[in-house]
Amino acid sequence: MNITKTLDAKGLACPMPIVRTKKTIDTLHSGEILEVQVTDKGALHDFTAWASAGGHTIVNQKEEAGVIFFYIQKA
Amino acid sequence: MLRKWTAADVARKVIENKELFILDVRNADAFEEWKIEGHHFQYLNIPYFELLDGVEEILPQIPTNMDVLVVCAKEGSSIMVAEMLSEAGREVGYLEGGMKAWSMHIEPIKVGELAGGGELYQFVRLGKGCLSYMAISEGEAAIIDAVRFTDVFTTFAEEKGVAIKHVLDTHLHADHISGGRHIASQTGASYYLPPKDAEEVVFDYTPLTDGLTIQLGASRIEVGALYSPGHTIGSTSFVIDEQYLLTGDILFIDSIGRPDLAGLAEDWVADLRETLYSRYRKLADGLIVLPAHFMILDELNNDGTVAKRLGDLFEENHGLNVEDEDVFRSMVTDNLPPQPNAYQEIRQVNMGKITPSHEEQTEMEIGPNRCAVR
Repeated sequence: MNITKTLDAKGLACPMPIVRTKKTIDTLHSGEILEVQVTDKGALHDFTAWASAGGHTIVNQKEEAGVIFFYIQKA
Repeated sequence: MLRKWTAADVARKVIENKELFILDVRNADAFEEWKIEGHHFQYLNIPYFELLDGVEEILPQIPTNMDVLVVCAKEGSSIMVAEMLSEAGREVGYLEGGMKAWSMHIEPIKVGELAGGGELYQFVRLGKGCLSYMAISEGEAAIIDAVRFTDVFTTFAEEKGVAIKHVLDTHLHADHISGGRHIASQTGASYYLPPKDAEEVVFDYTPLTDGLTIQLGASRIEVGALYSPGHTIGSTSFVIDEQYLLTGDILFIDSIGRPDLAGLAEDWVADLRETLYSRYRKLADGLIVLPAHFMILDELNNDGTVAKRLGDLFEENHGLNVEDEDVFRSMVTDNLPPQPNAYQEIRQVNMGKITPSHEEQTEMEIGPNRCAVR
């Protein structure tokens, strides 16, 4: 998987992880992949819903030591 | 101007049957599952992440002739959206602490007088539909089905100048975390549990058995235990002062308890039937039923209490009027609603087997109580 950009949103509370992610993904080209690292558990559901609303694809996600990694492919 | 609403402000709107427009900016799933219920509330659900580019598109849907409250899970997103609306010239508020605060808010309401100047209070947790009780008499208090926010009860007792002597749970709860054990250890009170529900608990308790009588204060107030299995095998009701019947999760105002949350629906149907159709039938019709939950707002009286004559419930509650035993069996075992969030873990907490952090406890208790079948 080719990661174009990584966004560190660790420690941020809702709504900031999504706000930052949206701003960052706006700078990518279609098909490119953004890695986002978040620690806010509330973000889990929001990322899925936000991505599907915007047509983006979460190609992978994992959790390591309390940090959730999302890999989002821009629509 | 952004107005900060507390959960208590919203509770007044619910209890006083006022109008309120709620813009809920959580996910559609979260909103569908659980929201702030009010008789005269209107709702609009738009997730905050769909409003990042601006709120212009939804302005026509936001009324200007009533209070508007923006709500989210914890408050962050609601502040963001409320600020955007405010910049667009709208007067709106947000809920401090979000749905998390709403789930925790508790409103103490007086239910009635007891003998010798005693009082009975119902603690209404509107967001979760949990009801706890405190009976007070001559400087002493008994608490029944306390929720985990123990400060609410200890502070209330201090304000009333009474010492908490007895803490009772009608059964081992599966939908919310009990505060009973902690209140008892803080105050030196006795903690009572039905032994049949307490076989796996890892702490000491006083067994709550059929016919046990607890004397409160020096007055005539009696808290009498009435074994009433069905929701759990140990479920016990209390008759206070020959006036009030605390039914726990066996009988609600507009529904009855479900028998499956400890995993044994088939086994307990007969107990549930026996309790509702035989044991309770032998009690006085004039007793006021005080349950441990409500599910829908229609179960609230005009003053915000949840209470009704037993005789009225025998006439009006559908669950008490199913003549055919097979129909009853099928009603309480088939097509049950989903179980409460994290109910198995919650039972483990109430047995003292696991001790999650406050944050984890909050997550476990998210959502409606779902203890009833209708």
